[in-house]
Amino acid sequence: MNFDFSDEQKQMRDEARKFLTEQCPPKAVREVLDGKAPYDKALWKGLAEMGFLGVAIPEQFGGAGAGHLELCVIAEEMGRALAPVPFSSTVYLAAEAILIAGSDAQKQKWLPKIASGDAIGTLALFEGKSNPSPKAIKVTANGGVLNGVKKPVADGAIADFAVVAARTGSSGRESDISLFIVDLKAGGVEVKSLTNIDLTRGQAEITFKDAKAEPLGAAGEGWSVITQVLDRAAVLTAFEQVGGADRALEMGRDYALDRIAFGRPIGSFQAVKHMLADMYVSATLARSNCYYGAWALSTNAGELPEAAAAARISATQAFQHCAKNNIQVHGGMGFTWEFDCHMYYRRANAVALGLGSLSYWEDALIDRMRKKNAA
Amino acid sequence: MNFDDTPQEAAFRAEAKAWIAANAPRQYEDELRKASLGRVALKGVNILEVAKAWQKKKADAGWACLHWPKDYGGRGASPIERVIWQQEEGPFGRLSSMFIIGHGMCGPTMMAFAGEEQKRKYLPPLASGEKIWCQLFSEPAGGSDVAGLRTRAEKNGDEWVINGQKIWTSGAHYSDYGILLTRTDPDVAKHKGLTMFFLDMKSPGVEVRPIKQANGASDFNEVYFTDVRIPDSQRLGNVNDGWNVSLTTLMNERMSIGAGVATGFPELFDFCNSLMLEDGPAIENRAVRSKLADWAVKASGLKYTSMRAISALSRGERPGPENSIGKLVAGSMIQDVATYALDLQGAAGALSGPEDAEVAGKFQAMLLRAPGTRVEGGTDEIMRNIIAERVLGLPGDIRVDKDVPFNKIPTKGRA
Repeated sequence: MNFDFSDEQKQMRDEARKFLTEQCPPKAVREVLDGKAPYDKALWKGLAEMGFLGVAIPEQFGGAGAGHLELCVIAEEMGRALAPVPFSSTVYLAAEAILIAGSDAQKQKWLPKIASGDAIGTLALFEGKSNPSPKAIKVTANGGVLNGVKKPVADGAIADFAVVAARTGSSGRESDISLFIVDLKAGGVEVKSLTNIDLTRGQAEITFKDAKAEPLGAAGEGWSVITQVLDRAAVLTAFEQVGGADRALEMGRDYALDRIAFGRPIGSFQAVKHMLADMYVSATLARSNCYYGAWALSTNAGELPEAAAAARISATQAFQHCAKNNIQVHGGMGFTWEFDCHMYYRRANAVALGLGSLSYWEDALIDRMRKKNAA
Repeated sequence: MNFDDTPQEAAFRAEAKAWIAANAPRQYEDELRKASLGRVALKGVNILEVAKAWQKKKADAGWACLHWPKDYGGRGASPIERVIWQQEEGPFGRLSSMFIIGHGMCGPTMMAFAGEEQKRKYLPPLASGEKIWCQLFSEPAGGSDVAGLRTRAEKNGDEWVINGQKIWTSGAHYSDYGILLTRTDPDVAKHKGLTMFFLDMKSPGVEVRPIKQANGASDFNEVYFTDVRIPDSQRLGNVNDGWNVSLTTLMNERMSIGAGVATGFPELFDFCNSLMLEDGPAIENRAVRSKLADWAVKASGLKYTSMRAISALSRGERPGPENSIGKLVAGSMIQDVATYALDLQGAAGALSGPEDAEVAGKFQAMLLRAPGTRVEGGTDEIMRNIIAERVLGLPGDIRVDKDVPFNKIPTKGRA
């Protein structure tokens, strides 16, 4: 048994860490945080040059053809560095949707551009206050054009194209939903940036008014594809969350060693030690759940739906827990703009919602466990 | 990344599986499988006899104490083979519970510090379960602070004379031998005046009294020593070096990776799957699902953490520190799970008789046993200290008694 990443994959993680430590220090993240740029273009280009954007895209479509395990180790480093780039939207959501449902021509058109950093993609799923649900989708598709409003759409303001979930039937079933690819730079598309709690990543509202749309996958199978995409993205995002949780834990640990109060390092007080020990516990549980998710994702195992939900829940809890207690360990300094703690806190709480919130994944996990139990 | 055995591991697994299938006491399989937390019991038979018979059978065929050298009754197997054996032994492994301390702690300490002749005499019957050993460290005044122990050992010719009291000794009432940590010099700092021995539990002056626990059961004992004589040849390690000897004992325990810790989750999931609430099946209730999901990912997180450690063993490496979280997470989880299982039943949740209670009163028994789980073998607080200090590298506590002679340390009666 080898329930671990291979030496080559660990080497790739080290390379990604080295690259991001140099190219994405907190100072670079702050450029986006402070609104000086919508995302870090130089970093995006660098990631493409490193081959990270197309690591799981087959070679015939311009990628490295490595696989999802390699993508997992890179995702962890992206989360650790709080990389202010549309990586998750483009790579976990748009590219995966096209890999699952796209025609050869669609793959040929979009995947090489994703791998080379020339196209930013996203998934336009949500329409207001709701977790993923076919019932919540009101945007309509008729005669090759879309009408309606998507909100929020991650990275929508900087994306070149979107995979859009739209209504093509009214039976009240999942088969009412179909997927489309829309060129966001074409006519009939209005994009508005929205303020959100994570200032290092954009959110947008996209309005379609007779916007030209190309079907992605068969009509009526949109929801099934969405479910698969969300499961894959859940595992990959969970690695980002674990990377962020680990970094927040390290920041807290380092500060506890460095900060002196009452004549001793605050890390020698049990109240502080125990808080950090509990952060380690939740980060470790999350990492182990993520490894199982990575195994299921890379082998496309029947266990993926359950493994993805478990990884998602565990990693969401761990990142939120570590990010908030990192601020607590830092005390007053942790609540300043100057210290980086709040950037992790913001990301932890925003990323907890993006693919559907905890309650959505809790429901999904129990449904999937029941199904397995009944089988 | 895979869950597959290597060819050697697969061959070992097949051999173990076949031997277990042909030899295990199948008539008890169901009862053992259903046994939950704490003491395992079998209806109508003495479990000690069943356990000893199974252990002897394993020893005769070379399946006892797999990680020990062959000369001392083991198999000389690799750590991963030991894990594979545990996986295959499954519910029958519960019959090993009375041997765990002897095999996991006393035996390795003897191997490190006893003379060759003693090792050949005492270790094989320990491996085969013919002799059971216990560990006599904790005292009323020294639980988490074990180096604060007071049991005195005083030299008298070639013998040591022991006076004092131990507590929380598992299995002392059926043990043949024990390893004993004593104070030999009270005039030096507390860690520096300790000495380790092993002794025959039938020695004159040893008195074992069962402790009635808060849950009504008696898994542990108090052991009183009144002028008990131990030959100097049964000293383990140097005089006043007992603290280092005890670290060897405890380190060995941490190196062993269990087949999994009980969390109560599978039982709760099954229970919620069958329970009907006023508004429908419990498992379809939003609040219930949220709780279940939270515990599900803790249980799976522990399972896969242990798999990661096993993978390290399979590669021939030492497992990382991740495994230190198991007891901390599982202890409070089983308590919370049991509390919630009762909560779901309203007033009837308080009923614990097997005829009235769900799952024959298993959740009520879990609830009442769980406080002990969070204390024994290192309290939750000590486990957090261990993680904070050894894994995260945070400073140790400031020890006000560190450089004070033991007999000058303030106590309740001597502040």
